Amino acid sequence: MLNYDIIVIGGGPAGLAAAIEAKRNGIENILVIERDRELGGILQQCIHNGFGLHVFKEELTGPEYAERFIDQLHEMGITYKLDTMVLDITESKVISAVNTTDGLMEIQAQVIILAMGCRERTRGAINIPGSRVAGIFTAGTAQRFVNMEGYMVGKNVVILGSGDIGLIMARRMTLEGAKVQAVVELMPYSGGLTRNIVQCLEDFNIPLLLSHTVTNIKGKDRVEEITIAKVDENRRPIKGTEEIYKCDTLLLSVGLIPENELSKSAGIVLDNITGGPVVNESMETSVEGIFACGNVVHVHDLVDWVTEESRRAGKNAARYVKKELKNINEPLVTKAEKGIRYIVPHQIRVENIDSKLDLYMRVDNIYHNAKIVVKSGETVIKQVKKPHLAPGEMESVTLLQKDLINLENRELTVELLEGGEQ
Amino acid sequence: MEKKTLVCIACPLGCKMEIQVLSSLEEETKYLVSGNKCPRGESYGIKELTKPTRMVTSTVKIKNAHLKRLPVRTSEAIPKGKIFECMKLLEEIEVEAPIKVGEVIIKNLLGLDVDIITTRSML
Repeated sequence: MLNYDIIVIGGGPAGLAAAIEAKRNGIENILVIERDRELGGILQQCIHNGFGLHVFKEELTGPEYAERFIDQLHEMGITYKLDTMVLDITESKVISAVNTTDGLMEIQAQVIILAMGCRERTRGAINIPGSRVAGIFTAGTAQRFVNMEGYMVGKNVVILGSGDIGLIMARRMTLEGAKVQAVVELMPYSGGLTRNIVQCLEDFNIPLLLSHTVTNIKGKDRVEEITIAKVDENRRPIKGTEEIYKCDTLLLSVGLIPENELSKSAGIVLDNITGGPVVNESMETSVEGIFACGNVVHVHDLVDWVTEESRRAGKNAARYVKKELKNINEPLVTKAEKGIRYIVPHQIRVENIDSKLDLYMRVDNIYHNAKIVVKSGETVIKQVKKPHLAPGEMESVTLLQKDLINLENRELTVELLEGGEQ
Repeated sequence: MEKKTLVCIACPLGCKMEIQVLSSLEEETKYLVSGNKCPRGESYGIKELTKPTRMVTSTVKIKNAHLKRLPVRTSEAIPKGKIFECMKLLEEIEVEAPIKVGEVIIKNLLGLDVDIITTRSML
């Protein structure tokens, strides 16, 4: 059986950063497995700019960001297999994978790093009624068709969902000559970055319909018209507000789900809210020696944070191989309270933190002038003032190791103290 | 008097700002920016009113590569009003692999002193 110290599943931004960091920390025998025909993952289709402001202190496009890591991987001589699909992983860290040159392989890993990313929610996931016609794409699929394969997916477009991919595609389709009639958003606020609303919609006079949704799709072979209706505060369509939009294409940008089928087959415990594995300070999952990082753990809004998190996973995977990770005290358990939807990591073994640790989290609504408060019992460990908080923007709070030593209460709670909800 | 409202994008706060032209003297125009919470908002607002620019990212056709399109961008932001002219030019371009990231595909685009450069390598 083939044998590696570390096998990374997924060659996107998370997998690349984790593999490079593991090698930097002294591990020689690393394999990256990628199912696509090239490395770089979703970055290769994200041709817009805005990547790398934190990691490289400059504004790059997705492919440029990816290429820097791919070049580094090559320079460091890290091996990888393309066009290779992992079928199964076991708790004892045996990976079954298949490709057209090696056939079916069984590979033993000492450590596995999961970096499979996420996938898009589809029409089926949100149950839009109507005809099952051509012309309905997830925004990411359309992005790949337009930016890489060279197919224009439609001429007269409506976009459902105002997450960043939906906004970016509104601009992209417009630049390529399509008419984008509207971006429709179920919630009363957009899940995308303000900058994208301004530069992708307002620049091209594309209307953003908040608190609206698609209630019907009609057509014979191809989409011919869709119905858009206002929704009430419970997100239910309001009768009588329906409007017909004649169009040939509907793009869906309605959320991303971490891709964890493999994690489940290894018996890894998942968090119901993030949809990804429960992880500790080292990005290790509930199965010892299996680590996870990037969008497979929780959906990030900036690739820079994926890189940061994945470097941590790669470094700690190397420490695990070198038997340097400690398991001394009962771990601290993080708990999301009022206003906070989730926190990553879920557990903290204080003895493994270098000097500080970032907690990543998302809030459940839009808030102004609020405070994020981290507490152990009644003791406040840290509080950070935030002038503006939104579910679409991931927040982080940096904790110092010295503040976490010898805590009596093993639960670390994070809550939001409001200054005023919008 | 000219007046414009816009949302600031200098940071995630998204201040709603109002920009007013106070006086148009021969040499210097004065503006009044309100609603911004920091000085970055003021300079962004004035720039948006006087000469808004945008980075253009798109693709061109490529031959003999594993993909049909090669991603490109403007080397710097160009005036907002020139975006579609730029797209029109890109439509005509076809390059051939191999190509390296950062190669200049169009020099001095529309006389703007800005180039179109590739954003990835393709062998």
